[in-house]
Amino acid sequence: MTATEAPPAPPTPPTPTVTEAAVRKVPRRKRLIPYWLLLPGILWLLVFFALPMVYQASTSVQTGSLEEGFEVTWHFATYWDAIQEYYPQFVRSLLYAGTATVLCLLLGYPLAYLIAFKAGRWRNLLLVLVIAPFFTSFLIRTLAWKTILADDGTVVGALDALRVLDVTSWLGWTADDRVLATPMAVVCGLTYNFLPFMILPLYTSLERIDGRLHEAAGDLYARPATTFRKVTVPLSMPGIVSGTLLTFIPASGDYVNAELLGSTDTKMVGSVIQSQFLRVLDYPTAAALSFILMAVVLVVVTVYIRRSGTEDLV
Amino acid sequence: MTETSPTDRGGDDVRLTGISKSYGSFHAVKPLDLTVPEGSFFALLGASGCGKTTTLRMIAGLEDPTTGSVFLGEKDVTGLPPHKRPVNTVFQSYALFPHLDIYENVAFGLRRRGIKSVKKQVGDMLDLVQLGDFAKRKPHQLSGGQQQRVAVARALINHPKVLLLDEPLGALDLKLRRQMQLELKRIQTEVGITFVHVTHDQEEAMTMADTVAVMNAGRVEQLGAPAELYENPQTTFVANFLGTSNLIEADVAEKNGDEVVVTSAGVKLRLPADRCTSQVADGGRLLVGVRPEKISLAHADDAGSVPAGRNRISGRIVDSSFIGVSTQYVINSPVCGELEVYAQNIERDGRLVPGAEVVLHWNPAHTFGLDAAQDIDAGVKTVDEEGA
Amino acid sequence: MRWIRRNVVVVAGLLTLAYMILPNLVVMVFSFNKPKGRFNYSWQTFSLDAWKDPCGVADLCGSLTLSFQIAVWATIGATVLGTMIAFALVRYRFRARGAINSLIFLPMAMPEVVMAASLLTLFLNMGAELGFWTVLIAHIMFCLSFVVTAVKARVMSMDPKLEEAARDLYAGPVQTFVRVTLPIAAPGIAAGALLAFALSFDDFIITNFNAGSSVTFPMFVWGSAQRGTPVQINVIGTAMFAIAVLMVIGGQLVSDRRKRAAKP
Repeated sequence: MTATEAPPAPPTPPTPTVTEAAVRKVPRRKRLIPYWLLLPGILWLLVFFALPMVYQASTSVQTGSLEEGFEVTWHFATYWDAIQEYYPQFVRSLLYAGTATVLCLLLGYPLAYLIAFKAGRWRNLLLVLVIAPFFTSFLIRTLAWKTILADDGTVVGALDALRVLDVTSWLGWTADDRVLATPMAVVCGLTYNFLPFMILPLYTSLERIDGRLHEAAGDLYARPATTFRKVTVPLSMPGIVSGTLLTFIPASGDYVNAELLGSTDTKMVGSVIQSQFLRVLDYPTAAALSFILMAVVLVVVTVYIRRSGTEDLV
Repeated sequence: MTETSPTDRGGDDVRLTGISKSYGSFHAVKPLDLTVPEGSFFALLGASGCGKTTTLRMIAGLEDPTTGSVFLGEKDVTGLPPHKRPVNTVFQSYALFPHLDIYENVAFGLRRRGIKSVKKQVGDMLDLVQLGDFAKRKPHQLSGGQQQRVAVARALINHPKVLLLDEPLGALDLKLRRQMQLELKRIQTEVGITFVHVTHDQEEAMTMADTVAVMNAGRVEQLGAPAELYENPQTTFVANFLGTSNLIEADVAEKNGDEVVVTSAGVKLRLPADRCTSQVADGGRLLVGVRPEKISLAHADDAGSVPAGRNRISGRIVDSSFIGVSTQYVINSPVCGELEVYAQNIERDGRLVPGAEVVLHWNPAHTFGLDAAQDIDAGVKTVDEEGA
Repeated sequence: MRWIRRNVVVVAGLLTLAYMILPNLVVMVFSFNKPKGRFNYSWQTFSLDAWKDPCGVADLCGSLTLSFQIAVWATIGATVLGTMIAFALVRYRFRARGAINSLIFLPMAMPEVVMAASLLTLFLNMGAELGFWTVLIAHIMFCLSFVVTAVKARVMSMDPKLEEAARDLYAGPVQTFVRVTLPIAAPGIAAGALLAFALSFDDFIITNFNAGSSVTFPMFVWGSAQRGTPVQINVIGTAMFAIAVLMVIGGQLVSDRRKRAAKP
């Protein structure tokens, strides 16, 4: 294919430029364009995202105090100590974040489905209603839950009257006929705060599904429940995966809900990192904790992405 | 941009010399020389992947040739970027700017060349393509045919030396396509600009173009006027790709002057020596071709009425399909598995039904001979390609 | 019974929506409250006091202005840098593509508190003075990836033939970019910018770590949760909500009218 197809001798060229123009290379200036485009942004991420990770790694193996200064002593025991002392907060963080993620999926799927397939001309209005709460600062909205879940409020009164609180306090979710300052309040706040991050990716992937596929499944003897299980869910898998990631990752490091709606018994690892860093000023422990959290999240996320088989998200 | 003012005229043939394009080890276009005379309607015809679009894009400057040069008249434009070439393109699926209305789409090229008063020109151009009332619409509000006309107007308003059309009718339905073929031909005659038209549709190429270049696997198989290509195909690819041909493998029996006699399965056939593409020698082999519409059918009972001096083959009808103007027969014969015959429905013989024994006969002058050392099925359209 | 079974999705979806909107209603209602004591958590009497004097609390409007300034600059920075990266990723081939993709993906896959803590370590090590600039740097950093994702999606769905058509119609590289590429990519860039603004304006965790003594609006709210929540917070929250909803509805109406006007 290659050797036999040598170009025939070109007919006598009318101008001498022909042979010169014969084989052209992309000019150097043009080849460098992508690098110039990438340079500032990538540099920014390297200096203010990647480099800090290195500093943090180094801080985590330092010893010393604020007064005398810190020194790298390869003191890996900090990690061990941190795990021993704060593993309840770690477990709690993963547990709360996981529960909130599952709740977000259960609550979010019907709404995303409703907007994608059943809303008709109300679709845009519903989408606006999903996004609109974003425009009020999430801290203000989280504080509103203090009012909603107040001890003498309607919600707690109703739950108490329905004996729901007895069940939840038996499960350890609530205590003393209160909802505030209990795990339930924290999970409720986390779920609330990250619901839109679940609903929007779900909606995007559901909306892409051709409505005729449902009809086709029905035509091929699938009952509605089977259609949902065999057609809708698999096709919305990209949305489910990115939704759960967008919910779980920020929820696992969040400390706002735990601090505002919880008590000292519901502290999550984010709270610990924050107070070690900003109040106790024990930088090595804080850095080690933060590193462990990062590692745990990356492992969970990687395993999850592998198992769900949607690696093209990256 | 003054040095290539697109309105410059005189000696504006498009000449490609030794032009080729390779992507790694894949040769999309093999070294090729081609001249498109000024003012002609030139078609590049071939199946998808044959290199016709790459050739077109090299003329436009959208693709840099690996070797060779592009000339417009006496000027070598090989090194010029597309925006400095006095050449415009009508893109496949049109590529109309979705954010601009029709008026601004058409005015785009003029504005980029710094022409301030475009109103009259745009108005005239929209009238030429009969879209005067649509100036303020956005492209997506137009039908496929209308978008197609906008694309033509947007290119023509610049008075390019050459207008390149890349499968411009591919997205239209059959009826609209026929209509637009005539429309494009009318516009070309009116403005007198050289048109280079890329298509995979052989009927489209033959109806519209003065000259057709049939491309296959990165090279030009044959170039000529449509009738010339159809009547005298030089290769089996052209014979099969352009219309349909019955090709019969035969041995050369004798050669008397300007007539060649061949035999196939004991049947003697004659053809003019000057219609053979390869050297004819006694004992050599030849592919004998004849177009389906050149063959007449007679029922075997009437075999005696066939005039003398004609090539004749007997066979049996295996299939017939009635398509209005004509009836297409498939005939099984000893010389060739399946021979196709198109018979005009003037006086239909009721006996010509599947199973009937028939005699096929045709004027020997309508027979052509091809080199037997090539794939007899080259260029035969498969079901997949038909749908494309 | 059958009605419920058939509409179970609708009912469940609307209940979720109610769950999402309820806090906003509470915020709105309590902006008209006149609380006893320092905290605005239980309803007392109706009052317009806070609405008449939204800046009546010390530092509140100052923090709002600071948040706004940071958000504007962070949006500009992240949008410019992010758009450049997105174009490079879609349009060009270059080395280390995988590494660059990961570098852009990682900030989105990292708990905020981790980025916040590590960035603080960097600033402390460099001896940088915490304040406006450190917050701005941090915001541009975490908004960047989101802008890249939004713009990339749009540029990828763009037909490269459109740019070829522009070049064919006598537009040079710069004109092609300004007249064709940019206008068509604009919705993606706008979406990225909007997202960056929202993320920056509402960010608390990273800001809290790196702001030093500067106080942004979310930090003000956080502080007031400890010291006492002024009703003005609810006024600001409600006003922002109302303005945003009005803008969305207004935009919808304008585009509807344009669509109708363009129709035959």
